Amino acid sequence: MGASQSNSQQGPLNSRQGQAGASEEAPHGRLHRIFDSDIWHSFSHSPITVLSAIITLLFFLAAIFAPLIAPYTPFQAGSLHLMDGFTPPFEQGMSGNFYVFGTDDQGRDVFSAIIYGARISLLVGFCAVLFAMVLGVTLGLIAGYRGGWVDTVIMRIADVQLSFPAILVALLIFGLAKAMIPRDYQENMAIYVLIISIGLSDWVQYARTVRGTTMVEKNREYVQAARVIGVRPAVILFRHVLPNVMGSVLVIATIGLALAIIAEATLSFLGVGVPPTTPSLGTLIRIGNDFLFSGEWWITIFPGIALIMLALSVNLLGDWLRDALNPKLR
Amino acid sequence: MMAQTDSSETPLLEVLNLRVEFPTRRGTLVAVDDISFDIKPGEVLGVVGESGAGKSLTGTAVINLLEPPGRIAGGEVRLKGQRIDNLPQEKLRHIRGRQIGMVFQDPLTSLNPLYTVGYQLEETIRTHMNMSEGQARKRGIELLSEVGISAPQDRIDQYPHQFSGGMRQRIVIALAVCANPSLIIADEPTTALDVSIQAQIIDLLKRLCHEQGTAVMLITHDMGVIAETADRVAVMYAGRLAEVGPVQNVIKQPYHPYTKGLMGAIPTVGQKLERLTQIDGAMPRLTEIPSGCAFHPRCPKAFDRCDTERPDPIAVEESKVACWLYDDARVLSGETEQ
Amino acid sequence: MTDVLQDKRPSVQPSGPLVSVQGMSKYFDVSPPFLTRVLQGRPRRALRAVDDVSFDIPHGSTFSLVGESGCGKSTVARLLVGLYQPTQGEIYFDGSAVSQLKTRRHLADFQRRIQIIFQDPYASLNPRWRVRDIIAEPVRTHRLLPEGAALRKRVAELLDHVGFSNKDGEKYPHEFSGGQRQRISIARALAGDPEFLVCDEPTSALDVSVQAQILNLMKDLQKELGLTYLFISHDLAVVSHISDYLGVMYLGRLVESGTASDIFNDPQHPYTRMLLDAIPDLEMSGRKRIPVAGEVPSPMAPPAGCHFHPRCPFADARCREEIPGITESKNVRVRCHAVEEGRLTPEVLAEAAAART
Repeated sequence: MGASQSNSQQGPLNSRQGQAGASEEAPHGRLHRIFDSDIWHSFSHSPITVLSAIITLLFFLAAIFAPLIAPYTPFQAGSLHLMDGFTPPFEQGMSGNFYVFGTDDQGRDVFSAIIYGARISLLVGFCAVLFAMVLGVTLGLIAGYRGGWVDTVIMRIADVQLSFPAILVALLIFGLAKAMIPRDYQENMAIYVLIISIGLSDWVQYARTVRGTTMVEKNREYVQAARVIGVRPAVILFRHVLPNVMGSVLVIATIGLALAIIAEATLSFLGVGVPPTTPSLGTLIRIGNDFLFSGEWWITIFPGIALIMLALSVNLLGDWLRDALNPKLR
Repeated sequence: MMAQTDSSETPLLEVLNLRVEFPTRRGTLVAVDDISFDIKPGEVLGVVGESGAGKSLTGTAVINLLEPPGRIAGGEVRLKGQRIDNLPQEKLRHIRGRQIGMVFQDPLTSLNPLYTVGYQLEETIRTHMNMSEGQARKRGIELLSEVGISAPQDRIDQYPHQFSGGMRQRIVIALAVCANPSLIIADEPTTALDVSIQAQIIDLLKRLCHEQGTAVMLITHDMGVIAETADRVAVMYAGRLAEVGPVQNVIKQPYHPYTKGLMGAIPTVGQKLERLTQIDGAMPRLTEIPSGCAFHPRCPKAFDRCDTERPDPIAVEESKVACWLYDDARVLSGETEQ
Repeated sequence: MTDVLQDKRPSVQPSGPLVSVQGMSKYFDVSPPFLTRVLQGRPRRALRAVDDVSFDIPHGSTFSLVGESGCGKSTVARLLVGLYQPTQGEIYFDGSAVSQLKTRRHLADFQRRIQIIFQDPYASLNPRWRVRDIIAEPVRTHRLLPEGAALRKRVAELLDHVGFSNKDGEKYPHEFSGGQRQRISIARALAGDPEFLVCDEPTSALDVSVQAQILNLMKDLQKELGLTYLFISHDLAVVSHISDYLGVMYLGRLVESGTASDIFNDPQHPYTRMLLDAIPDLEMSGRKRIPVAGEVPSPMAPPAGCHFHPRCPFADARCREEIPGITESKNVRVRCHAVEEGRLTPEVLAEAAAART
């Protein structure tokens, strides 16, 4: 056990301790085990990570319960007070309503718009990551396990795609979709097209990582034992290999979520994202940008800060997760 | 600790109550727990034990190469009567290589892949001995031929990857002996090698040390290697010494129940047994070392006292045995000595 | 399949061997990539990992393969269980040629009857599965039992058989030590009620006291269930303890095979003699072990003729050129020109031993 003095010795030593705790007769149950684990220890001893987690959680809650939290309903034309337009932050509008982050030209509450915008941003980001993950993991598993020409074809496509910036790929797919979908449906389909274009631009990372891990795992004895038993390849892939590659996939997905949110904001800022009737954070920034130089800075600055905070916290969480799951860095 | 029974020679290396700890967030793990032994000049001391026994850590603790967070938490290490466990790293670096040579299991960890074998040999020789470049090279070629590498004048300019595993281990041995150290610590030097190569390396190590009068601390899990090489054997279990004694005694008439079980568990060629002796259970993890004698839960002869009191090494004939079964013997031998 | 763990030995022993390997070879393509070959004009290269190997394993016996690293013994193990396909030759299992098993039913039956245990106890169990699911995998794959009580009972039986309680089935592999994991591997291998177990260095990664536990367990199981073993090892002492029959491999070729007692008492091939000489002497009889000269050459470029000739003290011109055929000598089958020609008289051997010490 801890006898030899190699570099990797400290990791196993610590984790073995964790196991020793877990293998007791379990008088404390599952919850105790979570709080006793090494992951929880590394989490609770990193204040930045805890802060990021809290901010991320707040964004998620705000997005899910937007109608309950937002003081106003900014995208129902009837509820807007036009005379409250351009109210600066922390001031009362002419209608007597109070606006923390001020209002835009049409009298929309910027704070409420941010909450609803975060909802769209997170939704698009989440679905895009899920799409990219399912596609990338499946292709990566197949490429890594089959090898040969299947592997060559899949990975060459990935290489070609990697030589373009992801945002360019997304723009291209978005443009293609727009040309193919009839004009009447475009408004409704925009969000799905956005999800697919961001997802398609991001699957390569998953495929590459999963392929590499799969090639290692498929030569490990437990996979060989399954082959000798006569387990079918598809079952081996999904029941044996997949659970063992999910750790690294989770890390990529977390960082990928931040990237997808930024990609969505970029596309929306360029005006090719979601329509202004259901604005995301990116759309809000674009709208506000028009007023930035006429002095109404709050319309674009607050959504911008919100976007930075969200992307940064998710990113920091992903960074921590990568380190926590990597025994060599512990 | 007890005095050596035949203390005609002063020991070259003395280890007194050595303790190695690993602080972790769940408390301190004691990986080497209060062990004492010595090595006389020119003697081969075999340190055996199964994985987790702490034998490699003992070796690295002697030369203070423990990797953090591991640390020496108590005890003394004396080389020729002088304490070396509390020396600063620069002074230790001079002792390592000059007075203590090292051979590890994987020869690649001791060789730098970016430099030729000759460069590494010459550098080591010139660090420790007052020699010119030409002299050092000449000595390097001599050493290579001594460790059995053919055409040394050509091969000295090759890189480690151009040698096979067995040849690399020979080069590591050449590096270890190049400054004529008085002690070599060899940690599993043959474990990574094929059976036929193992015999060659053991032969080489024995021959060199015999010629130069170098003492060896040979750390291994392989009783066969010990039987062929060692003069005395220290058997470790769960970070403690179970038994120290002359190789004949430990291998043929072991005293400690653990050593007995260990010897019975090794199959031998030509002896067709239906079943091997087996010790049930496994070496305890460092987190769950039993009270009293660490071996008592697996011991077929354990009694009440083993559970509560930890046995100190007790002198039995020429051996020292940490086992309560021999407690009476201690009284007897103590009386006879006085 | 109730009481599957009871004595399954057929009441009438079939006449032929359970496993018969005939002229089996496995070449691996180790050519440089296509572009490199074209640009640098390099030819295709094949690594002969296993080269024309033949042996039989009778029902209920243990056949061991020994040899140093690179001799192809693990490749033989993987060929036998179907992880690799032989380049040449044929494997017969219970009388039928394995390459002729075409229907799904026959193939599944073959897969159930033959199982493997690997060397590394840490890599051979999926770390994300509970032990009970690991053990149940063969039963589920071949639908031998329905889900539910019958399957649970079977898993409990298997756990008990390798010395665990039923409760241990709920745990994950990391909660067990190396030796315990190897017992779990054995339980999984036994789950489909196989007849033939290939054991690829099952104890090499274990400590001696744990090795003894595993070897004892394997012997007990063989007696109880009438299992046939192919045991792969580099440790001659372990092999002598467990084997009925023995094959010695060197660089892909089977250089000597016969009953274990014949080979250990009177080895014929010079390589076998040297391997036996190199065993450490635990009896402390004062016998000095005689190291084999030289090292194993790279399997990529094995010497011509008899692969062993550069290290062999008895090699002559013929050994350097001609591949030795199989000779019967004193009950064992040997590939050696010197044995065939009767050159290895006791005087010659004594002289050679004296020269080396």
